[in-house]
Amino acid sequence: MKITVTVNGTPYERDVEARTLLAYFLREDCGLTGTHVGCDTSHCGCCVVLLDGDRAVKSCTMFAVMADGHEITTVEGLEVGGKLHPLQQAFWDQHGLQCGYCTPGMLMTCTALLKHNPDPTEHEIREGISGNLCRCTGYNNIVKAVQQAARVSAEAKTEVPA
Amino acid sequence: MTTITDELPERHAMGKSMKRKEDPRLIRGKGNYLDDIVLPHMLYLALVHSPYPHARIKKIDKTAALASPGVKAVITGEDLVAAKLGWLPTFHSLDQQMVLAIGKALYQYQEVAGVIATSRKAAIDAVELVDVEYEPLDPVVSPFDAIKDKILVREDREAKTNHIYHWQVGDKDKTEAELAKSDVRIKERILSPRCHPAPLEPCGAIADMNRATGRLTVHLTSQAPHVHRTAFSIVTGIPEDKIHIISPDIGGGFGNKVPVYPGYVVATVASVILGVPVKWVETRTENLTCTGFARDYHMDVEIGATKAGKVTALKVSTVADHGAFDAVADPTKYPAGMFGIVTGSYVFPTAFAEVDAYFTNKAPGGVAYRCSFRVTEASYAIERAMNILAQKLGLDQVELRRMNFIQKDQFPYPSPLGFVYDSGDYEMTMDKALGIIGYKDLLREQAEKRARGEYMGIGISTFTEIVGAGPGKNFDILGIKMFDSAEIRIHPTGSGIVRAGTRHQGQGHETTWAQIVAEELGLDPQELLVEEGDTDTAPYGLGTYASRSTPVAGAALALASRKIRDKARKIAAHLLEASEDDVQWQDYKFSLKGVPGKSVTMKEVAFAAYTNPPPDTEPGLEATYYYDPPNLTFPYGTYIAVVEVDAETGAVQVRRFLAVDDCGTIINPMIVQGQVHGGLAEGFAIAFMQEIKYDDEGNNLNTDFTEYLIPTALETPNWETAHTVTPSPHHPIGAKGVGESPTVGSPQAFTNAVIDALSPLGITHIDVPLTREKVWRAIREAQAK
Repeated sequence: MKITVTVNGTPYERDVEARTLLAYFLREDCGLTGTHVGCDTSHCGCCVVLLDGDRAVKSCTMFAVMADGHEITTVEGLEVGGKLHPLQQAFWDQHGLQCGYCTPGMLMTCTALLKHNPDPTEHEIREGISGNLCRCTGYNNIVKAVQQAARVSAEAKTEVPA
Repeated sequence: MTTITDELPERHAMGKSMKRKEDPRLIRGKGNYLDDIVLPHMLYLALVHSPYPHARIKKIDKTAALASPGVKAVITGEDLVAAKLGWLPTFHSLDQQMVLAIGKALYQYQEVAGVIATSRKAAIDAVELVDVEYEPLDPVVSPFDAIKDKILVREDREAKTNHIYHWQVGDKDKTEAELAKSDVRIKERILSPRCHPAPLEPCGAIADMNRATGRLTVHLTSQAPHVHRTAFSIVTGIPEDKIHIISPDIGGGFGNKVPVYPGYVVATVASVILGVPVKWVETRTENLTCTGFARDYHMDVEIGATKAGKVTALKVSTVADHGAFDAVADPTKYPAGMFGIVTGSYVFPTAFAEVDAYFTNKAPGGVAYRCSFRVTEASYAIERAMNILAQKLGLDQVELRRMNFIQKDQFPYPSPLGFVYDSGDYEMTMDKALGIIGYKDLLREQAEKRARGEYMGIGISTFTEIVGAGPGKNFDILGIKMFDSAEIRIHPTGSGIVRAGTRHQGQGHETTWAQIVAEELGLDPQELLVEEGDTDTAPYGLGTYASRSTPVAGAALALASRKIRDKARKIAAHLLEASEDDVQWQDYKFSLKGVPGKSVTMKEVAFAAYTNPPPDTEPGLEATYYYDPPNLTFPYGTYIAVVEVDAETGAVQVRRFLAVDDCGTIINPMIVQGQVHGGLAEGFAIAFMQEIKYDDEGNNLNTDFTEYLIPTALETPNWETAHTVTPSPHHPIGAKGVGESPTVGSPQAFTNAVIDALSPLGITHIDVPLTREKVWRAIREAQAK
């Protein structure tokens, strides 16, 4: 099937099998390997991307054909004009990652979280990222990173850019 | 022995929370993990698995699979036997393992055949078409049934028994005599259940046989790439210089990526046969059912003590379930790993430990899930048993420990089971933890709650680990001594490249290795590039597991740096126009003794090493060091959990968790804290949710993350941490290793807290994982009594 999916602002026109999952479309057809696959059953969240700017979706749970005509944002689309997204900066500053495998999905989930709730409580952060598993950090520093990004974004008085 | 309890001294590069050098690529999604690698003409391998736990293989028909679109080859066990690759040596040499099932499938999901095709999907499609005819056999599932030898798991072995080995250490007669005459005696069967490290990135390999050069390159999710190169050479017969292992970015290991797995071998054979690269990446189900389980120790623990609470003897008899092959990743002379650490932090006048291991129709493994070999099992046993003893004596768990601790002036302490503990001040660390958590207030609160019929618990764990394997005189894998190595090259402009025989999987070596070298040489850690994992370029080392990187490779880095400093001193003397004896290394530069202001920096020395070396000196500035540690290191800590148990539902709420660790000298406090947080979350998982269970027919019941639970941010407690610093006296920088302390030390703190909460009901032990159902049932049973 011929589909066109706009990923990080660039349209990708590809011929895919109907059963191709969006995660593998991004990784193998678009060459964007920042989106990871960790569990095959939609539990781990390593594959989370944004659909149409603000919806966090697990790209292993969506067929590529379902994204036809839609916009997808992956981790590779977070940095704009050579400036790290406040969440990327905060994950680095707060030691919010270790092996880095869950990080892309975690960053995308947190991006959607802050779009919908720019000033979340700790509980709201923990609930908001509970669809993303991390085996390395024990979550403390991820929570701190989200708090830093929220603070920085509020100080900049701008909406968190996608 | 120096003991620093508060602030670390001001240093140039060490002891600082430097942000990680690996992060800029990882936060951009520009890591390079195994499945990100795509090579030209690459094929994909998918594996056929046995649906039966125990079955004779009558026939394998490849016809339909071979006819499936895109399929290039189907490989079976018999094909591998013909190529003399049917069997794979296991790491500690007591056994060998089938690559693909030969004659019999010995556990559910065992690899039976491999399908190689032009795409991942084509390979998976054709797996369904491989027609395997099985004759199901009765399986032996429990190790206690395996003891009876009614069903034989391994017909291929000479010895017609499921018993693999008996191992023991200590004085059995003396221990039994002391137990018999002790005032008080406790005995409990304590299970450290089968669980799985389950890193988020599964295991995988890309084998690439280049027929033109005769070289085999294997991209591998490997915690130990150099040993894997040697193992690949031994297994395949390809000379070691023709094998190149590259371990790319690794998405977590936790012990899972230490062994060599059938998928790696089949991908390699396929690449050799087909002459193109072949990729294999396991599914999550394959990960949980086939590769690298951990633990599965059933431990009968007995302690004898005086009425006052002084312990007199410890005996631990263990039945170990090793699954269908003895594939444990333990050093050769230690089939039960470092289980001898089971005397823990306490002075036992006599002790005895024994392990009997058995084959069952379950997946092989026995890897250390984020711990040094079998230390988690041992630590869990002793810390749980001490609390059972405290309960029996009616003593406070803290006071029982205080009474029996190895005292700080007893180090180096020779334990009755043969280890010599390097350093520690257990009481100081425990007192720091008690102060932070507010132990007395908690006890008061608990008494009030108990009076109201509420179940609040406080659990303590004062564990001692044993890591940094290990001294070459005792420790080897495949005969290779467990040293590690470092190579440092300083460039003319004073930056450099640092390589080590280890391979990090998130531990932050790219940062901390640079900090060690920068500290030793007065250079900028930002200008030291750290590389690991490529066997063509890195020096040979045994790899990253068992918390051995800092104790062993970290020492090699410091000593390689000091070799460089020795040479640099000669060059500095030349630049300062002085004799070498008059040159001192002070404040991270070379200066003339007694002549203030006359000095040269390491950067200036580096430039001179290439542009103006002394006449009698080799140009250049580099060094290699292979470090064979004189002893292991013994990190320790006090962990305290505070829980509330809802007696109506069995739900446990962890209110607080404090970890006070002592890992000796700290290289990067931020990274140490991160390691502790992560390990605590894994300990929390082991305490409350993780177990690989089999039903009576041998079916694996935990085949994905629906049934094998990974804690989310929501239930994971907020971790509190602190530290004390008791340097290791034999390590060049005093560091002991920390990555595994939290996984080793924390499960028993959680269990002790839950049992403490339920102690008014007379409950003394519940095996982990402490699921709501198990806790609820234990409460109901106790209330019915």
